[in-house]
Amino acid sequence: MATHSSRLAARLMVAPSVVVLFIWMIVPLAMTIYYSFRLYRLISPERAGWTGFRNYAWFLNSPEFWQAISNTLLLVGGVLVITVILGTLIALLIDQPVWGQGPLRILVISPFFVMPPVAASIWENLFMHPQNGMFASFALGLGMKPILFMEQYPMASVIFIVAWEWLPFATLILLTALQSLSSEQLEAAEMDGATALDRFRYIILPHLTRAITVVILIQTIFLLGIFGEIFTTTQGGPGSASTTLPYMIFKQAIAAKDIGRAAAGGIIAVILANIVAYFLMRGIGRHLDA
Amino acid sequence: MGKIQLTRVRKSFGEVAVIPGLDLTIENGEFVVFVGPSGCGKSTLLRLIAGLEDTTSGVIDIDGQDATNLPPAKRGLAMVFQSYALYPHMTVRKNIAFPLKMAGMAQAEQDRRVERAAKVLNLTDYLDRRPGQLSGGQRQRVAIGRAIVREPAAFLFDEPLSNLDAALRVGMRQEISELHQSLQTTMIYVTHDQVEAMTMADKIVVLNAGRIEQVGAPLELYNAPRNIFVAGFIGSPRMNLIEGAEAARHGAHTIGIRPEHISVGDGPWEGVVGLAEHLGSDSFLKVAVDGIGTLTVRAPGEVSARHGDRIRLAWAGKLHRFDAEGLAL
Ligand SMILES: Nc1ncnc2c1ncn2[C@@H]1O[C@H](COP(=O)(O)OP(=O)(O)OP(=O)(O)O)[C@@H](O)[C@H]1O
Ligand SMILES: [Mg+2]
Repeated sequence: MATHSSRLAARLMVAPSVVVLFIWMIVPLAMTIYYSFRLYRLISPERAGWTGFRNYAWFLNSPEFWQAISNTLLLVGGVLVITVILGTLIALLIDQPVWGQGPLRILVISPFFVMPPVAASIWENLFMHPQNGMFASFALGLGMKPILFMEQYPMASVIFIVAWEWLPFATLILLTALQSLSSEQLEAAEMDGATALDRFRYIILPHLTRAITVVILIQTIFLLGIFGEIFTTTQGGPGSASTTLPYMIFKQAIAAKDIGRAAAGGIIAVILANIVAYFLMRGIGRHLDA
Repeated sequence: MGKIQLTRVRKSFGEVAVIPGLDLTIENGEFVVFVGPSGCGKSTLLRLIAGLEDTTSGVIDIDGQDATNLPPAKRGLAMVFQSYALYPHMTVRKNIAFPLKMAGMAQAEQDRRVERAAKVLNLTDYLDRRPGQLSGGQRQRVAIGRAIVREPAAFLFDEPLSNLDAALRVGMRQEISELHQSLQTTMIYVTHDQVEAMTMADKIVVLNAGRIEQVGAPLELYNAPRNIFVAGFIGSPRMNLIEGAEAARHGAHTIGIRPEHISVGDGPWEGVVGLAEHLGSDSFLKVAVDGIGTLTVRAPGEVSARHGDRIRLAWAGKLHRFDAEGLAL
């Protein structure tokens, strides 16, 4: 697309899709903004009228709110750290020629195919349950008291479960990136006297930066909205110890039946997502350019 | 120092013996070229010397020391790969300095050596670029730069020029030869290219199916090929090999005559010109000679023969005779 006319033609060609996408985005956003300024409680008769910024004020003044924000960021950050680090290590491992490589790779990928509520239930009831769980029987077998995962470490438990679900995705992306690294580069580094650790640091890791960036960006989009795992396990508790922003909005919309407040929470969530996206793109977005 | 000695070196990949047992001595400072048909094990042999592949059996000595089980970095050799294998995310400067950095050399000394190598290879203006921003020839020079800064005992080149266009190849060929003249370091060079082999080598090693067919100076191989394989492989266009009655007249199973040793004009053979390629400096003719078969003729200058003409041929020059096993008589 070098010439002026071809650039113009290109713009005309993509214009319809841009318009459709814009409408697609702007209508729900506009409705959410509209409701966020309305008084709209399903369980009370007062369902009309503007409330100004009162819905927002309620959110920002709620003691739960800042905890929810920090839990959301903790969840996103924690899962990202775990999946990127473990994903890189596992990708390095299963990239080696081993016996049964095909089935092994399928096994590594399989958690991704388990639906989030199912995965959460399995972890909560079969592994982390203080009476029936496997961890509990290990602890009892060793003569220790079972850990009350969902009560004592609710956030850590949720992060762990979500990381387990997303690890295959990170591993898969990083594995394909790893396979595209030319073996001659590694051999050249070996001839140049680089140890295995040097090769990882100076050759493999730089080669993986773009894939890691993709993993971080895509996962962040999905992790900001994590809901099912919390709903199935801790229900945001104990208290609000594991309440994230989406879960708090859910509680307003469904439990408290306050559509106005939920809409205000939704707008705050959009703003939070944009702030996160801004810092992500500033921090690592340049790795996406070739 | 860079004397490399291979003793009964064997290499198998699973069942397949790629190199079924090979002895070779490469003297210090020599420029040795490996040639052979595709798949004959040239790269494998080079990688064995480099230490990138383990030998199945046999001994590799470098400077009188057993290096068979040494890791690549400890052998003191540098390799230039066909694909260059530059590190794409590092600048040219960092690429060249990488082996020095890995050796833990002081920064000042690193800089000094990189500058010197860059000067020798005309890379000074490109030191802060990345490999992706360089032309093929420049990348090739960076790869060589990365090899020379280490001051290795020997250089290993695996078809380093095969990705370059013809003109650049000639230029780089001369640069590598000059580099060898000035460094006087052992170089082992794998190539497909006849001209590269003939012009650069002190010693050519002709390989076939993992075996050495002949080792010798370029003209030695050209003038006195030890067997039919070498006779057919060295020289371009290929030597004409004639069997049957004509060969029997010379008391051999097969006789070989190089295309450049047949002249057009008066002579005992008569035939019809098939293909005629006129290059200006030379003319290549394929002539179907009665009772002998198709002969390739390389005539200097312009020859008026066209497709379908009947012409007479004579041989002037050396004739190679081979017995039924293909060995030279
Ligand atoms: N890692 C490997 N596993 C199995 N077989 C291999 C391996 N590497 C090489 N070979 C086989 O060894 C033989 C020699 O290969 P090699 O690469 O040394 O050939 P080459 O002479 O360099 O050929 P070319 O001129 O095409 O580069 C080939 O038949 C090849 O199929
Ligand atoms: Mg090869």
